Amino acid sequence: MPYSGFRVIKEALSGHKGWTPAWRDPEPKPHYDIIIIGGGGHGLATAYYLAKEFSQHKIAVIEKGWIGGGNVGRNTTIIRSNYLLDGNEPFYEFSLRLWEGLEQDFNYNAMVSQRGILNLIHSDAQRDAYIRRGNAMLLNGADAELLSVEQVRREYPFLNFEDARFPIKGGLAQRRGGTVRHDAVAWGYARGADSRGVDIIQNCEVTGFRIENGQCKGVETSRGFIGAAKVGVAVAGNSSRVMAQAGMRLPIESHVLQAFVSEGLKPVLPGVITFGAGHFYCSQSDKGGLVFGGDIDGYNSYAQRGNLPVVEDVIEGGMALFPGLGRVRLLRMWGGVMDMSMDGSPIIDRTHIDGLYFNGGWCYGGFKATPASGWCFAHLLATDTPHPTATAYRFDRFEKGRMIDEKGMGAQPNLH
Amino acid sequence: MIINHPLLGPCDAQEFIYKGDARLIDRPDGMIEGAEAAFFDYAYLRDNPAGQHRELWFHEQGDRSWLVVTRNTVTHEITHVELARDVARKSGQSA
Repeated sequence: MPYSGFRVIKEALSGHKGWTPAWRDPEPKPHYDIIIIGGGGHGLATAYYLAKEFSQHKIAVIEKGWIGGGNVGRNTTIIRSNYLLDGNEPFYEFSLRLWEGLEQDFNYNAMVSQRGILNLIHSDAQRDAYIRRGNAMLLNGADAELLSVEQVRREYPFLNFEDARFPIKGGLAQRRGGTVRHDAVAWGYARGADSRGVDIIQNCEVTGFRIENGQCKGVETSRGFIGAAKVGVAVAGNSSRVMAQAGMRLPIESHVLQAFVSEGLKPVLPGVITFGAGHFYCSQSDKGGLVFGGDIDGYNSYAQRGNLPVVEDVIEGGMALFPGLGRVRLLRMWGGVMDMSMDGSPIIDRTHIDGLYFNGGWCYGGFKATPASGWCFAHLLATDTPHPTATAYRFDRFEKGRMIDEKGMGAQPNLH
Repeated sequence: MIINHPLLGPCDAQEFIYKGDARLIDRPDGMIEGAEAAFFDYAYLRDNPAGQHRELWFHEQGDRSWLVVTRNTVTHEITHVELARDVARKSGQSA
Protein backbone atom coordinates (compact mmCIF):
# COMPACT_ATOMS: atom_id res chain seq x y z
CA MET A 1 0.00 0.00 0.00
CA PRO A 2 1.48 3.43 -0.88
CA TYR A 3 2.79 5.72 1.82
CA SER A 4 0.98 9.06 2.23
CA GLY A 5 0.15 11.70 4.80
CA PHE A 6 -3.38 10.30 4.91
CA ARG A 7 -2.05 6.86 5.76
CA VAL A 8 0.14 8.22 8.58
CA ILE A 9 -2.96 9.77 10.16
CA LYS A 10 -5.00 6.61 9.64
CA GLU A 11 -2.31 4.45 11.24
CA ALA A 12 -1.90 6.91 14.12
CA LEU A 13 -5.60 6.52 14.90
CA SER A 14 -5.45 2.72 14.76
CA GLY A 15 -2.38 2.16 16.94
CA HIS A 16 0.12 1.78 14.08
CA LYS A 17 -0.88 -1.87 13.66
CA GLY A 18 -1.21 -1.73 9.86
CA TRP A 19 2.45 -1.17 8.92
CA THR A 20 4.12 -4.11 7.24
CA PRO A 21 7.82 -4.70 6.39
CA ALA A 22 8.90 -2.50 3.48
CA TRP A 23 10.35 -5.47 1.60
CA ARG A 24 10.14 -9.28 1.78
CA ASP A 25 12.94 -11.63 2.81
CA PRO A 26 12.60 -14.34 0.12
CA GLU A 27 14.55 -17.56 -0.33
CA PRO A 28 16.64 -17.56 -3.51
CA LYS A 29 14.99 -19.28 -6.49
CA PRO A 30 17.08 -21.67 -8.63
CA HIS A 31 17.05 -19.38 -11.67
CA TYR A 32 16.46 -15.72 -12.54
CA ASP A 33 16.48 -13.74 -15.77
CA ILE A 34 18.74 -11.10 -14.23
CA ILE A 35 20.83 -11.17 -11.05
CA ILE A 36 22.31 -7.98 -9.64
CA ILE A 37 25.23 -8.55 -7.29
CA GLY A 38 25.37 -5.84 -4.63
CA GLY A 39 22.44 -4.51 -2.58
CA GLY A 40 23.74 -0.96 -2.33
CA GLY A 41 22.27 2.17 -3.84
CA HIS A 42 23.38 1.39 -7.40
CA GLY A 43 22.35 -2.28 -7.33
CA LEU A 44 18.93 -1.59 -5.85
CA ALA A 45 18.35 1.32 -8.25
CA THR A 46 19.29 -0.97 -11.15
CA ALA A 47 16.77 -3.61 -10.06
CA TYR A 48 14.10 -0.94 -9.52
CA TYR A 49 14.50 0.60 -12.98
CA LEU A 50 14.79 -2.83 -14.64
CA ALA A 51 11.39 -3.74 -13.24
CA LYS A 52 9.73 -0.35 -13.60
CA GLU A 53 11.17 1.24 -16.75
CA PHE A 54 12.39 -1.75 -18.77
CA SER A 55 9.59 -4.23 -17.98
CA GLN A 56 11.98 -7.00 -16.94
CA HIS A 57 10.82 -9.90 -14.77
CA LYS A 58 12.45 -12.52 -12.53
CA ILE A 59 15.11 -10.23 -11.07
CA ALA A 60 17.13 -10.80 -7.90
CA VAL A 61 19.49 -8.56 -5.93
CA ILE A 62 22.11 -10.54 -4.00
CA GLU A 63 23.82 -8.87 -1.06
CA LYS A 64 26.51 -10.40 1.15
CA GLY A 65 25.48 -8.39 4.24
CA TRP A 66 22.44 -6.18 4.65
CA ILE A 67 21.18 -3.77 2.00
CA GLY A 68 22.53 -0.23 2.16
CA GLY A 69 25.35 -1.28 4.49
CA GLY A 70 28.20 -0.14 2.26
CA ASN A 71 28.96 3.19 0.66
CA VAL A 72 25.33 4.34 0.29
CA GLY A 73 25.34 4.45 4.11
CA ARG A 74 28.81 6.00 4.38
CA ASN A 75 28.87 9.08 2.13
CA THR A 76 28.39 12.81 2.69
CA THR A 77 24.94 12.79 0.96
CA ILE A 78 25.71 15.48 -1.62
CA ILE A 79 24.01 15.64 -5.03
CA ARG A 80 25.20 17.89 -7.86
CA SER A 81 25.98 17.90 -11.58
CA ASN A 82 28.90 20.32 -11.81
CA TYR A 83 31.25 18.37 -14.05
CA LEU A 84 33.31 19.69 -16.95
CA LEU A 85 33.82 16.93 -19.51
CA ASP A 86 31.40 15.77 -22.20
CA GLY A 87 31.62 12.13 -21.11
CA ASN A 88 30.46 13.03 -17.60
CA GLU A 89 28.24 16.12 -17.50
CA PRO A 90 25.19 14.78 -19.41
CA PHE A 91 25.19 11.67 -17.23
CA TYR A 92 25.34 13.60 -13.93
CA GLU A 93 22.71 16.07 -15.14
CA PHE A 94 20.46 13.10 -15.99
CA SER A 95 21.08 11.87 -12.45
CA LEU A 96 20.18 15.23 -10.91
CA ARG A 97 16.92 15.29 -12.90
CA LEU A 98 16.08 11.83 -11.59
CA TRP A 99 16.81 13.02 -8.03
CA GLU A 100 14.34 15.86 -8.57
CA GLY A 101 11.45 13.46 -9.19
CA LEU A 102 12.68 10.54 -7.14
CA GLU A 103 10.47 10.70 -4.07
CA GLN A 104 7.24 10.87 -6.07
CA ASP A 105 8.56 8.18 -8.38
CA PHE A 106 9.30 5.57 -5.72
CA ASN A 107 6.83 6.84 -3.08
CA TYR A 108 9.37 7.19 -0.30
CA ASN A 109 10.59 10.22 1.61
CA ALA A 110 14.28 10.49 0.71
CA MET A 111 14.44 14.10 1.99
CA VAL A 112 15.84 15.41 -1.29
CA SER A 113 16.81 18.99 -0.42
CA GLN A 114 17.97 21.29 -3.22
CA ARG A 115 19.70 23.72 -0.92
CA GLY A 116 22.45 24.48 -3.45
CA ILE A 117 26.15 23.77 -3.68
CA LEU A 118 28.83 26.47 -3.78
CA ASN A 119 32.39 25.86 -5.00
CA LEU A 120 34.53 28.67 -3.62
CA ILE A 121 37.08 30.54 -5.72
CA HIS A 122 40.40 31.67 -4.24
CA SER A 123 42.45 32.91 -7.21
CA ASP A 124 42.05 34.48 -10.65
CA ALA A 125 43.15 31.25 -12.36
CA GLN A 126 40.56 29.32 -10.42
CA ARG A 127 37.87 31.81 -11.44
CA ASP A 128 38.78 31.21 -15.10
CA ALA A 129 38.57 27.46 -14.57
CA TYR A 130 35.20 27.71 -12.81
CA ILE A 131 33.77 30.01 -15.51
CA ARG A 132 34.73 27.36 -18.05
CA ARG A 133 33.16 24.65 -15.91
CA GLY A 134 29.99 26.71 -15.42
CA ASN A 135 29.71 27.22 -19.18
CA ALA A 136 30.13 23.48 -19.78
CA MET A 137 27.32 22.88 -17.30
CA LEU A 138 25.03 25.40 -19.01
CA LEU A 139 25.77 23.86 -22.42
CA ASN A 140 24.54 20.52 -21.05
CA GLY A 141 21.30 21.94 -19.67
CA ALA A 142 22.43 22.17 -16.04
CA ASP A 143 22.26 25.36 -13.99
CA ALA A 144 25.34 27.32 -12.95
CA GLU A 145 25.82 30.76 -11.52
CA LEU A 146 29.02 32.71 -10.95
CA LEU A 147 28.90 34.63 -7.67
CA SER A 148 30.96 37.68 -6.73
CA VAL A 149 32.60 37.79 -3.34
CA GLU A 150 29.85 40.19 -2.16
CA GLN A 151 27.16 37.70 -3.14
CA VAL A 152 29.00 34.88 -1.33
CA ARG A 153 29.37 37.11 1.73
CA ARG A 154 25.61 37.73 1.86
CA GLU A 155 24.86 34.00 1.89
CA TYR A 156 27.78 32.73 3.98
CA PRO A 157 28.91 35.68 6.16
CA PHE A 158 30.80 33.45 8.62
CA LEU A 159 33.44 32.20 6.14
CA ASN A 160 37.05 33.35 6.36
CA PHE A 161 37.04 35.85 3.48
CA GLU A 162 40.28 37.63 4.38
CA ASP A 163 42.49 34.57 4.85
CA ALA A 164 46.04 35.78 4.06
CA ARG A 165 46.89 32.79 1.89
CA PHE A 166 43.54 31.74 0.39
CA PRO A 167 41.16 34.74 0.40
CA ILE A 168 37.69 34.02 -1.02
CA LYS A 169 37.25 35.70 -4.43
CA GLY A 170 33.82 34.41 -5.35
CA GLY A 171 32.14 31.11 -6.12
CA LEU A 172 30.44 28.88 -8.64
CA ALA A 173 26.97 28.00 -7.43
CA GLN A 174 24.66 25.24 -8.58
CA ARG A 175 21.31 26.02 -6.97
CA ARG A 176 19.76 22.67 -7.90
CA GLY A 177 22.46 20.75 -6.03
CA GLY A 178 21.92 19.75 -2.44
CA THR A 179 21.67 16.81 -0.08
CA VAL A 180 19.59 13.64 0.28
CA ARG A 181 18.88 11.32 3.21
CA HIS A 182 21.26 8.61 2.00
CA ASP A 183 19.88 5.51 3.77
CA ALA A 184 16.37 6.35 2.57
CA VAL A 185 17.64 6.14 -1.01
CA ALA A 186 18.58 2.48 -0.51
CA TRP A 187 15.35 1.76 1.37
CA GLY A 188 13.16 3.55 -1.15
CA TYR A 189 14.69 1.71 -4.10
CA ALA A 190 14.51 -1.60 -2.19
CA ARG A 191 10.84 -1.11 -1.38
CA GLY A 192 10.04 0.00 -4.92
CA ALA A 193 11.89 -2.96 -6.44
CA ASP A 194 10.39 -5.47 -4.00
CA SER A 195 6.86 -4.28 -4.68
CA ARG A 196 7.49 -4.93 -8.40
CA GLY A 197 8.51 -8.51 -7.72
CA VAL A 198 12.30 -8.21 -7.34
CA ASP A 199 13.74 -10.70 -4.82
CA ILE A 200 16.16 -8.96 -2.46
CA ILE A 201 18.33 -11.70 -0.98
CA GLN A 202 20.46 -10.55 1.94
CA ASN A 203 23.23 -12.46 3.78
CA CYS A 204 24.11 -14.20 0.54
CA GLU A 205 27.73 -13.77 -0.56
CA VAL A 206 28.82 -14.49 -4.10
CA THR A 207 31.78 -16.90 -4.02
CA GLY A 208 32.22 -17.46 -7.75
CA PHE A 209 30.78 -17.28 -11.24
CA ARG A 210 29.75 -20.29 -13.31
CA ILE A 211 31.20 -19.55 -16.75
CA GLU A 212 30.87 -22.12 -19.56
CA ASN A 213 32.21 -21.51 -23.07
CA GLY A 214 32.58 -17.79 -22.43
CA GLN A 215 28.99 -17.50 -21.19
CA CYS A 216 28.03 -16.63 -17.61
CA LYS A 217 25.42 -19.13 -16.42
CA GLY A 218 24.95 -17.88 -12.87
CA VAL A 219 26.66 -17.35 -9.55
CA GLU A 220 27.92 -19.63 -6.78
CA THR A 221 26.90 -18.19 -3.43
CA SER A 222 27.08 -18.97 0.26
CA ARG A 223 23.48 -20.19 -0.16
CA GLY A 224 24.11 -22.38 -3.19
CA PHE A 225 24.19 -21.94 -6.95
CA ILE A 226 21.76 -19.46 -8.49
CA GLY A 227 21.35 -19.54 -12.25
CA ALA A 228 20.78 -16.45 -14.39
CA ALA A 229 20.68 -15.43 -18.03
CA LYS A 230 22.41 -12.14 -17.16
CA VAL A 231 24.49 -11.09 -14.16
CA GLY A 232 25.18 -7.44 -13.33
CA VAL A 233 27.89 -6.57 -10.81
CA ALA A 234 27.44 -3.33 -8.80
CA VAL A 235 29.77 -3.72 -5.83
CA ALA A 236 31.92 -0.56 -5.93
CA GLY A 237 34.67 -0.78 -3.32
CA ASN A 238 34.96 -4.53 -3.81
CA SER A 239 34.86 -4.60 -7.62
CA SER A 240 38.36 -6.04 -8.02
CA ARG A 241 37.64 -8.87 -5.56
CA VAL A 242 34.37 -9.89 -7.19
CA MET A 243 35.56 -9.59 -10.79
CA ALA A 244 38.74 -11.55 -9.96
CA GLN A 245 36.36 -14.50 -9.47
CA ALA A 246 35.56 -14.14 -13.17
CA GLY A 247 39.28 -13.96 -13.98
CA MET A 248 39.30 -10.21 -14.70
CA ARG A 249 41.80 -7.56 -13.61
CA LEU A 250 40.34 -4.06 -13.49
CA PRO A 251 41.73 -0.55 -13.97
CA ILE A 252 40.79 0.12 -10.35
CA GLU A 253 42.41 0.44 -6.92
CA SER A 254 40.44 0.37 -3.65
CA HIS A 255 41.09 3.34 -1.38
CA VAL A 256 39.64 4.50 1.93
CA LEU A 257 37.77 7.81 2.20
CA GLN A 258 36.87 9.25 5.59
CA ALA A 259 33.88 11.39 6.54
CA PHE A 260 32.86 13.19 9.70
CA VAL A 261 29.81 14.52 11.50
CA SER A 262 29.68 17.02 14.35
CA GLU A 263 27.26 17.34 17.25
CA GLY A 264 23.86 18.76 16.31
CA LEU A 265 23.70 22.54 15.94
CA LYS A 266 20.96 25.04 15.17
CA PRO A 267 20.79 25.90 11.44
CA VAL A 268 24.03 27.62 10.50
CA LEU A 269 25.03 26.36 7.06
CA PRO A 270 22.32 26.96 4.43
CA GLY A 271 23.82 24.88 1.61
CA VAL A 272 26.82 22.75 0.64
CA ILE A 273 30.19 24.54 0.52
CA THR A 274 33.47 23.31 -0.91
CA PHE A 275 36.90 24.80 -0.23
CA GLY A 276 38.73 25.57 -3.47
CA ALA A 277 42.23 25.67 -2.01
CA GLY A 278 42.22 22.42 -0.08
CA HIS A 279 40.08 19.34 0.06
CA PHE A 280 37.15 20.10 2.37
CA TYR A 281 33.39 20.07 1.79
CA CYS A 282 30.63 20.57 4.30
CA SER A 283 26.87 20.64 4.67
CA GLN A 284 24.48 20.57 7.60
CA SER A 285 22.13 17.64 8.02
CA ASP A 286 18.48 18.13 8.92
CA LYS A 287 19.33 16.80 12.40
CA GLY A 288 21.81 19.67 12.73
CA GLY A 289 25.15 17.89 12.47
CA LEU A 290 27.79 19.38 10.22
CA VAL A 291 28.67 16.62 7.73
CA PHE A 292 32.08 17.04 6.17
CA GLY A 293 34.84 15.21 4.40
CA GLY A 294 38.05 15.62 2.46
CA ASP A 295 40.48 13.60 0.43
CA ILE A 296 41.14 9.85 0.35
CA ASP A 297 43.95 8.54 2.56
CA GLY A 298 45.92 7.74 -0.57
CA TYR A 299 47.03 4.10 -0.15
CA ASN A 300 45.24 0.89 -1.14
CA SER A 301 42.82 -0.11 1.62
CA TYR A 302 39.80 -2.31 2.25
CA ALA A 303 39.70 -1.36 5.94
CA GLN A 304 36.62 0.95 6.08
CA ARG A 305 38.65 3.09 8.47
CA GLY A 306 41.42 5.60 7.82
CA ASN A 307 44.32 7.14 9.69
CA LEU A 308 44.93 10.38 11.58
CA PRO A 309 47.05 12.37 9.05
CA VAL A 310 44.03 12.79 6.75
CA VAL A 311 41.81 13.66 9.71
CA GLU A 312 44.24 16.48 10.50
CA ASP A 313 44.35 17.55 6.85
CA VAL A 314 40.54 17.74 6.59
CA ILE A 315 40.18 19.68 9.84
CA GLU A 316 42.92 22.11 8.78
CA GLY A 317 41.06 22.75 5.54
CA GLY A 318 37.86 23.25 7.49
CA MET A 319 39.46 25.68 9.90
CA ALA A 320 41.06 27.69 7.09
CA LEU A 321 37.65 28.17 5.46
CA PHE A 322 35.23 28.15 8.37
CA PRO A 323 36.99 29.16 11.64
CA GLY A 324 33.81 28.70 13.70
CA LEU A 325 34.21 24.96 13.15
CA GLY A 326 36.89 24.99 15.84
CA ARG A 327 34.25 25.41 18.56
CA VAL A 328 32.25 22.41 17.41
CA ARG A 329 32.74 18.92 18.82
CA LEU A 330 33.17 15.97 16.50
CA LEU A 331 30.55 13.30 17.03
CA ARG A 332 31.51 10.51 14.66
CA MET A 333 33.95 9.66 11.88
CA TRP A 334 34.03 6.67 9.58
CA GLY A 335 35.59 5.32 6.40
CA GLY A 336 34.29 3.78 3.21
CA VAL A 337 36.12 1.87 0.49
CA MET A 338 36.19 3.57 -2.93
CA ASP A 339 36.74 2.06 -6.37
CA MET A 340 39.38 4.54 -7.57
CA SER A 341 39.62 4.17 -11.33
CA MET A 342 42.58 5.10 -13.51
CA ASP A 343 40.97 8.29 -14.86
CA GLY A 344 38.64 9.20 -12.01
CA SER A 345 35.50 8.23 -13.97
CA PRO A 346 33.22 5.20 -13.71
CA ILE A 347 32.64 2.13 -15.90
CA ILE A 348 29.19 0.84 -16.97
CA ASP A 349 29.81 -1.78 -19.62
CA ARG A 350 29.59 -5.36 -20.82
CA THR A 351 32.57 -7.60 -20.12
CA HIS A 352 34.27 -10.01 -22.54
CA ILE A 353 32.16 -12.76 -20.90
CA ASP A 354 28.66 -13.06 -22.41
CA GLY A 355 25.95 -12.33 -19.86
CA LEU A 356 28.31 -10.64 -17.37
CA TYR A 357 27.95 -6.88 -16.97
CA PHE A 358 29.88 -4.44 -14.80
CA ASN A 359 29.11 -1.19 -12.98
CA GLY A 360 31.86 0.34 -10.82
CA GLY A 361 34.84 2.64 -10.57
CA TRP A 362 32.78 5.41 -8.98
CA CYS A 363 35.75 6.93 -7.13
CA TYR A 364 34.25 9.19 -4.51
CA GLY A 365 31.35 10.41 -6.63
CA GLY A 366 29.07 7.42 -6.48
CA PHE A 367 26.25 8.66 -4.28
CA LYS A 368 25.08 11.53 -6.50
CA ALA A 369 25.19 9.15 -9.46
CA THR A 370 22.89 6.55 -7.88
CA PRO A 371 19.68 7.13 -9.91
CA ALA A 372 21.40 7.54 -13.29
CA SER A 373 23.79 4.69 -12.58
CA GLY A 374 20.84 2.43 -11.85
CA TRP A 375 18.92 3.63 -14.90
CA CYS A 376 21.87 3.34 -17.29
CA PHE A 377 22.92 -0.08 -15.95
CA ALA A 378 19.31 -1.26 -16.27
CA HIS A 379 19.30 0.08 -19.85
CA LEU A 380 22.48 -1.86 -20.63
CA LEU A 381 21.21 -5.08 -19.02
CA ALA A 382 17.80 -4.90 -20.68
CA THR A 383 18.79 -3.75 -24.17
CA ASP A 384 22.50 -4.69 -24.47
CA THR A 385 23.20 -1.12 -25.59
CA PRO A 386 24.55 1.73 -23.48
CA HIS A 387 22.22 4.54 -22.40
CA PRO A 388 22.90 7.71 -24.45
CA THR A 389 24.35 9.52 -21.40
CA ALA A 390 26.69 6.63 -20.50
CA THR A 391 28.29 5.77 -23.83
CA ALA A 392 31.74 6.96 -22.68
CA TYR A 393 31.91 4.70 -19.61
CA ARG A 394 33.53 1.83 -21.50
CA PHE A 395 36.08 -0.71 -20.32
CA ASP A 396 38.25 -0.19 -23.39
CA ARG A 397 38.63 3.57 -23.03
CA PHE A 398 42.01 3.13 -21.29
CA GLU A 399 43.33 0.93 -24.08
CA LYS A 400 41.99 3.31 -26.76
CA GLY A 401 43.21 6.49 -25.09
CA ARG A 402 39.69 7.86 -24.52
CA MET A 403 40.07 8.66 -20.84
CA ILE A 404 37.56 10.90 -19.03
CA ASP A 405 40.06 12.55 -16.75
CA GLU A 406 38.36 15.51 -15.02
CA LYS A 407 41.47 16.31 -12.99
CA GLY A 408 44.05 15.51 -15.68
CA MET A 409 46.06 13.36 -13.30
CA GLY A 410 46.71 10.32 -15.49
CA ALA A 411 46.81 6.70 -14.41
CA GLN A 412 47.43 7.41 -10.72
CA PRO A 413 44.21 6.49 -8.88
CA ASN A 414 45.05 8.13 -5.54
CA LEU A 415 45.32 11.55 -7.23
CA HIS A 416 41.80 11.59 -8.70
CA MET B 1 51.20 4.02 9.94
CA ILE B 2 54.91 3.63 10.73
CA ILE B 3 57.21 2.37 7.99
CA ASN B 4 60.37 0.71 9.28
CA HIS B 5 62.91 2.07 6.80
CA PRO B 6 65.80 -0.40 6.27
CA LEU B 7 68.40 2.39 6.59
CA LEU B 8 66.73 5.04 8.75
CA GLY B 9 64.55 3.02 11.12
CA PRO B 10 60.89 3.76 11.92
CA CYS B 11 59.44 6.71 9.94
CA ASP B 12 55.94 8.19 9.84
CA ALA B 13 54.11 7.24 6.62
CA GLN B 14 53.34 10.95 6.15
CA GLU B 15 56.96 11.47 5.07
CA PHE B 16 56.27 9.24 2.06
CA ILE B 17 54.49 9.53 -1.26
CA TYR B 18 52.46 6.45 -2.24
CA LYS B 19 52.89 5.12 -5.76
CA GLY B 20 51.00 1.80 -5.77
CA ASP B 21 51.57 -1.84 -6.66
CA ALA B 22 55.29 -2.82 -6.62
CA ARG B 23 54.79 -4.61 -9.93
CA LEU B 24 55.35 -1.16 -11.45
CA ILE B 25 59.08 -1.98 -11.07
CA ASP B 26 58.67 -4.63 -13.77
CA ARG B 27 58.34 -2.24 -16.66
CA PRO B 28 57.89 -4.10 -19.95
CA ASP B 29 60.42 -3.86 -22.77
CA GLY B 30 59.04 -1.41 -25.33
CA MET B 31 60.75 -3.24 -28.21
CA ILE B 32 59.22 -6.68 -27.71
CA GLU B 33 56.44 -8.24 -29.76
CA GLY B 34 53.09 -7.26 -28.19
CA ALA B 35 54.60 -4.30 -26.30
CA GLU B 36 51.40 -2.28 -26.74
CA ALA B 37 49.28 -4.82 -24.87
CA ALA B 38 51.98 -5.27 -22.25
CA PHE B 39 52.08 -1.51 -21.59
CA PHE B 40 48.27 -1.28 -21.37
CA ASP B 41 48.39 -4.01 -18.74
CA TYR B 42 51.32 -2.35 -16.96
CA ALA B 43 49.88 1.17 -16.91
CA TYR B 44 46.22 0.49 -16.20
CA LEU B 45 45.39 -2.93 -14.72
CA ARG B 46 45.88 -3.80 -11.05
CA ASP B 47 45.43 -6.90 -8.89
CA ASN B 48 44.14 -4.68 -6.05
CA PRO B 49 44.09 -7.50 -3.46
CA ALA B 50 42.37 -7.47 -0.08
CA GLY B 51 45.20 -8.70 2.14
CA GLN B 52 48.95 -8.76 1.55
CA HIS B 53 50.04 -6.07 -0.94
CA ARG B 54 53.58 -5.23 -2.06
CA GLU B 55 53.66 -1.54 -2.87
CA LEU B 56 56.00 1.34 -3.66
CA TRP B 57 56.49 4.22 -1.23
CA PHE B 58 58.85 7.15 -2.00
CA HIS B 59 60.58 8.78 0.99
CA GLU B 60 60.13 12.30 -0.33
CA GLN B 61 60.64 14.09 2.97
CA GLY B 62 63.51 11.81 4.00
CA ASP B 63 66.35 10.23 2.09
CA ARG B 64 64.39 10.14 -1.21
CA SER B 65 64.73 6.38 -1.49
CA TRP B 66 62.05 4.16 -3.01
CA LEU B 67 60.85 1.34 -0.75
CA VAL B 68 58.88 -1.84 -1.38
CA VAL B 69 56.52 -2.17 1.59
CA THR B 70 54.52 -5.34 2.24
CA ARG B 71 51.32 -4.20 3.90
CA ASN B 72 47.95 -5.77 4.62
CA THR B 73 45.24 -3.69 2.93
CA VAL B 74 42.57 -4.97 5.35
CA THR B 75 44.40 -4.27 8.64
CA HIS B 76 47.06 -1.72 7.46
CA GLU B 77 49.71 -3.88 9.20
CA ILE B 78 53.19 -3.57 7.65
CA THR B 79 55.17 -6.80 7.77
CA HIS B 80 58.19 -6.24 5.53
CA VAL B 81 60.13 -3.27 4.13
CA GLU B 82 62.98 -3.41 1.63
CA LEU B 83 64.79 -0.97 -0.64
CA ALA B 84 63.18 -0.92 -4.10
CA ARG B 85 66.73 -0.78 -5.52
CA ASP B 86 67.48 -4.23 -4.10
CA VAL B 87 64.17 -5.62 -5.40
CA ALA B 88 64.84 -4.19 -8.87
CA ARG B 89 68.39 -5.59 -8.97
CA LYS B 90 67.15 -9.05 -7.99
CA SER B 91 64.62 -9.04 -10.83
CA GLY B 92 67.22 -7.76 -13.30
CA GLN B 93 65.47 -4.39 -13.77
CA SER B 94 68.42 -2.36 -12.46
CA ALA B 95 72.20 -2.60 -12.74
